[in-house]
Amino acid sequence: MTFLTDRLDAARAQGRAALIGYLPVGYPDVERSARAMVAMVEAGVDIVEVGVPYSDPVLDGATIQQAAEAALQRGVRVRDAFTAVKAVVDAGAPAVVMSYANPIFQYGVERFADDLVAAGGSGVILPDLTPDVAGEWLAAASARGLETIFLVAPSSTQERLHYTVAHTTGFVYAASLMGVTGERASVGAAAEQLVADTRAAGAERVCVGLGVTTGEHARMVGAYADGVIVGSALVRCLLEHEDEDDALAALRVKVAELADGVRSAR
Amino acid sequence: MTESLQAAPGPYFGDFGGRFVPEALVAALDELTDAYEKAKVDPEFERELTRLARDYTGRPSIVTEAPRFAAHAGGARIILKREDLNHTGSHKINNVLGQALLTKRLGKTRVIAETGAGQHGVASATAAALMGLECTVYMGEEDTRRQALNVARMKLLGATVVPVTSGSRTLKDAINETYRDWVANVETTNYLFGTAAGPHPFPAMVRDFQRVIGVEARAQMLERGGLPDAVIACVGGGSNAIGIFDAFLDDSDVRLIGCEAGGLGLESGHHAATIAGGARAGVLHGSRSFILQDADGQTIESTSISAGLDYPGVGPEHAFLADIGRAEYWAVTDAEAMEAFQLLCRTEGILPAIESSHALAGAIKLGRELGPEATILVSLSGRGDKDVETAARWFGMLPEEKA
Ligand SMILES: Cc1ncc(COP(=O)(O)O)c(C=O)c1O
Repeated sequence: MTFLTDRLDAARAQGRAALIGYLPVGYPDVERSARAMVAMVEAGVDIVEVGVPYSDPVLDGATIQQAAEAALQRGVRVRDAFTAVKAVVDAGAPAVVMSYANPIFQYGVERFADDLVAAGGSGVILPDLTPDVAGEWLAAASARGLETIFLVAPSSTQERLHYTVAHTTGFVYAASLMGVTGERASVGAAAEQLVADTRAAGAERVCVGLGVTTGEHARMVGAYADGVIVGSALVRCLLEHEDEDDALAALRVKVAELADGVRSAR
Repeated sequence: MTESLQAAPGPYFGDFGGRFVPEALVAALDELTDAYEKAKVDPEFERELTRLARDYTGRPSIVTEAPRFAAHAGGARIILKREDLNHTGSHKINNVLGQALLTKRLGKTRVIAETGAGQHGVASATAAALMGLECTVYMGEEDTRRQALNVARMKLLGATVVPVTSGSRTLKDAINETYRDWVANVETTNYLFGTAAGPHPFPAMVRDFQRVIGVEARAQMLERGGLPDAVIACVGGGSNAIGIFDAFLDDSDVRLIGCEAGGLGLESGHHAATIAGGARAGVLHGSRSFILQDADGQTIESTSISAGLDYPGVGPEHAFLADIGRAEYWAVTDAEAMEAFQLLCRTEGILPAIESSHALAGAIKLGRELGPEATILVSLSGRGDKDVETAARWFGMLPEEKA
């Protein structure tokens, strides 16, 4: 049991899915991104995914790419993720760091795990790493009680589902569709089946991400998943408003819409 | 007798290689690996590939002795392996025909490819036209400008060319965008990876499809009196280099030298010399190898006059060969490459690709070191038709430069 799984289970006890919001650290700058994450928590996000901007984000669509590129141009560092994690945790929500593999490898897996623990973070989501090649990280994480969240996709075979579930802690991240992050008109039809298959493969908690954009999407996904993960739709609130107050206001409105969605699902 | 280094199967080459990819691509890579393993031992596949190599590509490619060029290279004997004479003008076609045949075996109808100089894009568009496959090529916007003629060529061959505007707008970003397409369309689409890098099975598979360069060249050298003292090739991701090196890996007296793009010089920080520049190991585009990166693991943009070598990573087998000391890697600057380019044009009447000119520059340096007794085999990986504008600008031959 960790802060993260407690929060997921608390939402479940309320008969709803948890709302998980993603923002990259460093956009538009480190302090403002941390304040935006706190604003999300205040507006109804249960769990925050703190994104680490990366130069080669092969699983991200245009919106997150744009924010990450801007953050990197302004000099964001990997260590800034821990500043954001601490802000989220101080605001009362669990934080997980979402990072491509190389920044963690170069930071040093042990050091990364230590600093994440020190900041109060619950674990990591690894979009471009599978358990097959994550041994070093998994050892560091489990020694420190950190969760490691791997992804499953509609293309995952039964064998891969079992394998991934067996190595995942916290929750399994089910990609709703074959594709990259970004807002979509509808949530992939494959998602519900994937959640069912992932549960059948032994997963205790399965959260769905990719393409969730509206309160209606959150409601639909919340009907069958343990958590609803939203990224690009939130990032867009920041991209579209240069003024911080305007950006945070737009973000709160979006989070409230999504929070209503997960609360009207079942 | 130590174990042979030839045709190493992967996924790991020492500490390098592997498969660091999103789960969404694992099934497709497993399927591809499986199809390739089966094809490798299927005489029908071998026959078809050999037939295409002979009747379509024009293999075997010849070797040409370059005595007038060699006079500027310490008088060493210099022999060029003429991949520039292949259909479509470079070694890239060897790999693409193999992967396109595999695509048919997988029952997929669409191929995607990244391209830097445009040679791999042109080769992919060509193979797609030949085999009736739909083809989309991703090319950094910066490179679509540097290689405008190749963009037109791909379009003439029926391919869709997508200029990539993210990141540094060069090869690495074109690879990112091709991955994004693949994740979304993997059911119908196969990724024709253009170099001996990326996740398993690409480094080993691309090497196998390019091995023919070295197999032919080694036999051609033996016919001409014996093994060379050194084999030199340019290294972007490293496919022509590993292709010509492989057959010589167990000939311990043959020096193997990869020439990376030194750009404006190693000390300037603006280059693409991953190994020669002393880069740290990391993970980029699906495998562990040496990469140009900052302390945080963010990829550093590379610099080279040659679009085909302008890549911040290098294939994992080269990282391994460097690590164990079997091959050496040199940095060749833009200026050195262009000097060699002009020299080959003027002395031998052969217009090389700027990529290949890096290997020629390496041969000049090595020839001057070793002198007239030495024999050097150079991989002339491509022809320079695509580079005429870049070269004309470099040498100030264009009528008037618009600002
Ligand atoms: C003629 C030529 N040589 C070499 C290269 C570099 O690729 P590799 O290192 O895979 O041989 C390219 C790439 O575009 C090329 O066009």
